[in-house]
Amino acid sequence: MSVLIVVECDGGEVKKSSLEVASYGSQVAQLLGTSATAVAVGEATEANLAKLGEQGIAKVLYDNEPRLKDFVNGAYTKLIAAAAQQEDAKVIVLANSNIGAAVGSRLSVRLQASLATNVVELPKTEGGSFTVKRGAFSGKAFADVKLDGERKIIAVKKNSIEALHEAGKTAEVVSFSAQLTDADFADAPKQVVMQDQAGGILLPEADKVVSGGRGMKGPENWNLIEDLAQALGAATACSKPVSDVDWRPHHEHVGQTGITVSPNLYIACGISGAIQHLAGVNSSKVIVVINKDPEAPFFKAADYGIVGDVFDVLPKLTQAVKELS
Amino acid sequence: MKFLVCISNVPDTTTKITFTPDNKEFNKAGVQFVINPWDEYALTRAIELKEAQGGTVTVLNVGEADTEPNIRKALAIGADDAIRVNAFPKDAFFVAQQIAAIAKDGGYDVILMGKESIDYNGFQVHGMVGELLGIPTVAPAMKLDMSGNTATLEREIEGGKEIVEVSTPFVASCQQPMCEPRIPNMRGIMTARTKPLKVVEPTGEGARTEVAAYALPPAKQGVKLIPAENAGELIKLLRNEAKVI
Repeated sequence: MSVLIVVECDGGEVKKSSLEVASYGSQVAQLLGTSATAVAVGEATEANLAKLGEQGIAKVLYDNEPRLKDFVNGAYTKLIAAAAQQEDAKVIVLANSNIGAAVGSRLSVRLQASLATNVVELPKTEGGSFTVKRGAFSGKAFADVKLDGERKIIAVKKNSIEALHEAGKTAEVVSFSAQLTDADFADAPKQVVMQDQAGGILLPEADKVVSGGRGMKGPENWNLIEDLAQALGAATACSKPVSDVDWRPHHEHVGQTGITVSPNLYIACGISGAIQHLAGVNSSKVIVVINKDPEAPFFKAADYGIVGDVFDVLPKLTQAVKELS
Repeated sequence: MKFLVCISNVPDTTTKITFTPDNKEFNKAGVQFVINPWDEYALTRAIELKEAQGGTVTVLNVGEADTEPNIRKALAIGADDAIRVNAFPKDAFFVAQQIAAIAKDGGYDVILMGKESIDYNGFQVHGMVGELLGIPTVAPAMKLDMSGNTATLEREIEGGKEIVEVSTPFVASCQQPMCEPRIPNMRGIMTARTKPLKVVEPTGEGARTEVAAYALPPAKQGVKLIPAENAGELIKLLRNEAKVI
């Protein structure tokens, strides 16, 4: 038996969330007294895959089929199922990403496995049971969930597990083929369109986020948010009212019906903190709120706050960050 | 074209979450339940496509009798008929089995649902239904257009989108900006009362997971306020005290 870890790659690199997933998986393997094997999907280089040794991975399976570069639900599911079969995987760990959820849910039926998504901690395995803690109620609560059956699939929430870095350790990269046929690529994308990302930082992967609300008064003032974000190396985000009126694109909308983020630092500028917005951000490690209304509910959920005008405060913060370095 | 739209009955988005004293269940007392906001995209888009190209929209809920007001609301928004599987939705696999069984029996062409429910946040049912039926799933979908039996969807990926084409039957889990969710009008509310709502008993193997206990996140220690004129001080605290920059 083994633990199988699904590692997502993009542009040759292993995604940050997958380094966390690899670290989670290798610790589960240790807990169960077995070995951790990864299967890589997306565009990867052998050198970067070998570096997964630093996250405790012994072996990485990789299929060099060019059509696997983009996400294809059918093909990815078959590939990972074949790897799970070959490695006799009892636990499969993947990212709680759009890819991870799409593949994990299909795999759970195909492999007759129990599935937990949005998982935030290592499992507890006392007394023969297998329990994981997961986020529920859109960030307003947690649930301890018992997983039944012989096989389990765990989708790990981003930024909830510290990635391991054991310098110098390397994983063995082994070529792997799942004998994929054209039929497995029936749902391949016709086209892939990537967004222009400010500073190249993806919001769901970011460990710092600067976010603006209606208090920014209009899209023409977003340079203040972008300047601070750029100085910090942060991604930009917004509240629902802002994306509803098209000041910002919908993929920046953070909240209960948008993206849930859990960065180390979340700076909210001119956002009052409606409960639906808090649901999307309250698992952030440190929350900073800047609002001119001292009664804004967001201050109750914040670690640091400035009661003041965002147009006055934001340039000062950007300046202070620049002076640090 | 036969559309099947799966809806979840969830606490209103403004609900303060609490649990029963043993922490095993959500405390429903005094809570207003609504159609899961993500499911509203699926419902409205199905109705729009039906209006444009013909067909029927059936709404499906796995839940006990107390979910019927929201099923009627979906009928008032414009679904033609409804099915309720009379069972507590124990977990995603349990729900997926019910949906798959009904989709198969009814010969539905397009099975839509929201990206996830805002209470359990599983984001699992779409893929399970697709796999149980052996048909493609597109999740999460931001756009859905149909021409005959071919659907063109935009699927959100981290940092961008994929344009995907699939033939019926297929499953899609929906999110914004697919459409502007509709609210019922008076005429809809009147006609919904007489639209058929069939209640069926659950089938399949049961659940594979079980909630052992719920917990609330630890409360924040309280906010540390920095005067606006010393805003730069915040950056020093973030580096030296919070150690996040």
